[in-house]
Amino acid sequence: MAKFFAITIIVIAILSAIPILRHTWEAPEDISTHGALIDEQTSETMAEAGISFLAAQFVLAFFIWKFSNPGPNAKLKNFPGGAKGLVIAAFLVVGIEVLALGIFGAKAWANVYLTAPSADAVPIQVQAQQFAFYFRYPGPDGKFGRLDPAQINDTTENFFGIDANDPAGKDDIVTAEMAIPVNREIHLLMHSIDLGHSFFVPALRIQQDFVPGLDVSLHFTATKVGKYEIVCTQLCGLGHYNMKAYLYVYSQEDFDNWLKKEAALQ
Amino acid sequence: MSTTVHEPPQIDPDRLPKQGHPGNGGWRDLVPANGDLHVALDHSPPASSSAIYVVLFAITMMFAAFSSALIVRKGSSLDWQTFTLPSILYLNTLILLASSVTLEVSRRRVAVFMGGLKSQAESPARWLYITLFLGLLFVAGQYAAWSQLRAEGLYLATNPSSSFFYVLTATHALHVLGGLGGLIYVIRKLSKSTLRRNALDATARYWHFMDVLWVYLLCLLWMKL
Amino acid sequence: MHDMSAPAVHHHAPPTGFIRKHVFSLDHKVIGKQYYGLALIAAYVGMGLSWMMRIHLAWTDAPIPGLQLLSKTGAPGGVMTPEYYLQLMTMHGTIMVFFVLTTAPFAAFGNFFLPIQVGAEDMPFPHFNMMSFWVTFTAFIVLMASFFVSDGPTLGGWTQYAPLNAVGAVAGPGQGTGVILWMTSIALFCVGQLLGSLNFIPTTLDLRAKGMSLMRLPLSAWAWFITSCMGLTAFAVLMPACILAILDHVAGTSFFVASNLVINGQPIAHSGGSTLLWQHLFWFFGHPEVYIAIVPGIGIVSHILITNMRKPILSHRTLIYSMGALAVLSYMVYGHHMFVSGMNPYSSLAFSFPTLVITIPSTIIVLIATFSLYGSKLRINSASLFALGFISMFVSGGVSGFFLAQPSIDIMLHATYFVVGHFHLVMGVAAMFGIFAGTYFWFPKMTGRMMNETLGKIHFWLSFVGAYCIFMPFHYLGMAGNVRRYSSFPDDFLQPLIPVHRFITVAALITGAAQLIFLYNLIHSRFWGKPAPDNPWEATSLEWSTPTPPPFDNFGGELPVVYHDPYQYGVQSSAGDYVMQTSPEQVKTEHEEK
Repeated sequence: MAKFFAITIIVIAILSAIPILRHTWEAPEDISTHGALIDEQTSETMAEAGISFLAAQFVLAFFIWKFSNPGPNAKLKNFPGGAKGLVIAAFLVVGIEVLALGIFGAKAWANVYLTAPSADAVPIQVQAQQFAFYFRYPGPDGKFGRLDPAQINDTTENFFGIDANDPAGKDDIVTAEMAIPVNREIHLLMHSIDLGHSFFVPALRIQQDFVPGLDVSLHFTATKVGKYEIVCTQLCGLGHYNMKAYLYVYSQEDFDNWLKKEAALQ
Repeated sequence: MSTTVHEPPQIDPDRLPKQGHPGNGGWRDLVPANGDLHVALDHSPPASSSAIYVVLFAITMMFAAFSSALIVRKGSSLDWQTFTLPSILYLNTLILLASSVTLEVSRRRVAVFMGGLKSQAESPARWLYITLFLGLLFVAGQYAAWSQLRAEGLYLATNPSSSFFYVLTATHALHVLGGLGGLIYVIRKLSKSTLRRNALDATARYWHFMDVLWVYLLCLLWMKL
Repeated sequence: MHDMSAPAVHHHAPPTGFIRKHVFSLDHKVIGKQYYGLALIAAYVGMGLSWMMRIHLAWTDAPIPGLQLLSKTGAPGGVMTPEYYLQLMTMHGTIMVFFVLTTAPFAAFGNFFLPIQVGAEDMPFPHFNMMSFWVTFTAFIVLMASFFVSDGPTLGGWTQYAPLNAVGAVAGPGQGTGVILWMTSIALFCVGQLLGSLNFIPTTLDLRAKGMSLMRLPLSAWAWFITSCMGLTAFAVLMPACILAILDHVAGTSFFVASNLVINGQPIAHSGGSTLLWQHLFWFFGHPEVYIAIVPGIGIVSHILITNMRKPILSHRTLIYSMGALAVLSYMVYGHHMFVSGMNPYSSLAFSFPTLVITIPSTIIVLIATFSLYGSKLRINSASLFALGFISMFVSGGVSGFFLAQPSIDIMLHATYFVVGHFHLVMGVAAMFGIFAGTYFWFPKMTGRMMNETLGKIHFWLSFVGAYCIFMPFHYLGMAGNVRRYSSFPDDFLQPLIPVHRFITVAALITGAAQLIFLYNLIHSRFWGKPAPDNPWEATSLEWSTPTPPPFDNFGGELPVVYHDPYQYGVQSSAGDYVMQTSPEQVKTEHEEK
């Protein structure tokens, strides 16, 4: 049975590795400017994790095969180098590995989170609520109107609660779908009006929680036109599975047309 | 009481502390209330001296969690309203500190018993009763502080500052009540001569910790509220 | 003057009466068995919940026959509503993490065997120990009660994030009474576990028998000791968090609920609270909690493997230090659950480094366990199979940690099935394998009977292969972006993944059925198993030196004296290739303890 166990471990290890090597299920194509570093980091981690995984399972299987059910003359032995060699190996190999991952990974993280949005980024407000995302564009005046939670009214579609007394809010454009121009930096201002939600667009390589009581800021640039899905990833109630919005990446011209169309619908 | 001691007291060798034995009582640490060891009554496991520190550590972590919650909550929004602490709290502090003193006095009395000098010692039980009384007085004083706040219109949900005031002082008072339970246990066991020295020490450490914890909480509330 | 340090010369009377012997027992062994029974019930309830979840995910619109009996509103006509899915999911997670993974490896086996392994008659505070079980049991009842309240259990996940946990029923079904019951149950659970730590720590420090130095303690004893230290810190923080959440819920305070919230058109009266505060408090408990779930398994598996390898591991000390390192580091890493939570991005980087570093002691443990197999005389039985399977599963679950430890990669993997795969492999499988290994190993000592080996091996094979079939695909789903905690998958990009979900569901049902073999084996062997000798595994530690099952005071009135290190295998003694810790026989030791 021991030998069968050893073979099973090896077969399972190899079968587990196959979908990875064949890229059967993967993240969608990266359409962001910052995503390349993340994907590179992921590939490197996959290589290191994959090798560690296979090596560990193979060694385990090999030892089970070799040292189980010994004959009557078998003698006990210790692995050469004993624990000391293994501890040193763990510190050196794993230590260097994780330090490298940590240090290089910091750059990928800093790109997204530790840089400020540029001054000419397109500002878009995102509001999360049970169970929808709404988006607000500042309109021709370039300013967002003040928000007053008391004036939130879903029936009149004042989802944001734009203060009727603020003239800056008159030309704000509120939509249920998000559109952005390609190759231009977008500055997202995120808030939630009720609970925790999260904004996840796999193709854009961004995920960020909404925090009730905080305004969270995120910036990115999309590099390819297309239609993508924004999904909620923080449990927010029974409609969580269905809380999503479409994201359209348009050429600048198409985006301007879309914005004009939406403005007319306000 | 005036006693002039002209020569060292005669100590029953059976009652001398054993080298390396936990506590300095007789068999299994027992404290003889009336001079005799009732050996047959004690079936409990050997004394454990580390247990009280386990308890105090857990309580510390709990109040550390409350403290960090207070600090974060104060910084997370602009709605924190400070208020003056009811002055009775300072009197309560003195009462609690006094109760620690009386508890130590009773412990000294027990030490006298251990040395077989019972004839010259007052009952340590009396000082335990005084400690118990002071502890109850403290809890009553805390209740008075809450009443005073209520009269000022400060309830649990009025403001985050009052919320933390009530939560911290009530949790502390609950733990003080637990300490009072421990004191009652000690008094009962002492009267039946089944008190273990270790139990008395543990109760005393707990009680003194309640003091220290209270002083810390008072400082925290005074600074933040 | 009588010598008080000699073994106790007076015997205290054994307990009498059914209630004292079996219900409100002060005997740590009975309490351990009670905890095991509680964990067993909880495990099967939790598993049943997972079946219902998996069936719904694979065939969302299909009715599950009989489900409407559990909840008319949650599953009208047997078809599960989205809210009911979330409620079942929340209960699944809560029951499994608290009432199975904390209870069985730590409270059940630890209560039974720690006093015996250190050479004591019982724990120092048997009344508190008894209280600890009954408080935990009450916590379980309170939690289960939420199935039967009108709105059902809370749907906020076992993590119960704010403000969902505090705003009440306006946020969804189960968020009223369900949350209160959850918070109360968990606060009670914390009290129960603190009472447990209150016994475990002094037992290890103060009650060791003569000759039992700390380094002579078996690895399982060390694991229970380290776990109880972690529990002390972790549970003492969760309890205040639950208290504050209950206050937000019922008393109108605003610890966690921010201002100006409007839920479903309804303005919420709270203001000023900090959403992230709950997450910090919860995860400060939550991360050590998962190490509380795994460290006893590490100790138990090492203990079992050594016995079945007939040689000690390469370094006893190193394994102890590594478990200790895991415990200490576990407090510094908790922010890795919050990388994209909105906390300061510098904090995310700060938390990622200890998270990566904690790989080192984990690796050392795996390396020492694996490389100790080299040159051993490995015996294959149900216990050793599960112990070896633990190593494989811990490796598999651990390597996915490499990804999740890095904030940049976590952007893509947070809240996806990748995380679910990771924690199920390490907790739901590896820790469970530790429980199974412990059961097969210690059942003879606990009951006086042997378990059926054939059934044990069948149980192992189905579980080992089945668990990989279930949880390995979770990682692929996660990498493809499959979000977790979804009751169904309407999104376009998730449609190609539905067949994978169906495969997983079938694997889950089969693997679950295999657990019924275990249950049958457990019950059948308890009453009709072959009578067990005192030391069926030819093992060395103190539990094998007692009669089987041990009497109420463990050692029959005379405390043992310890002469040897815990794992003297591969020696030549009168007993064979091992010498028991309590045997005064001097033997030529082939292995020095390092």
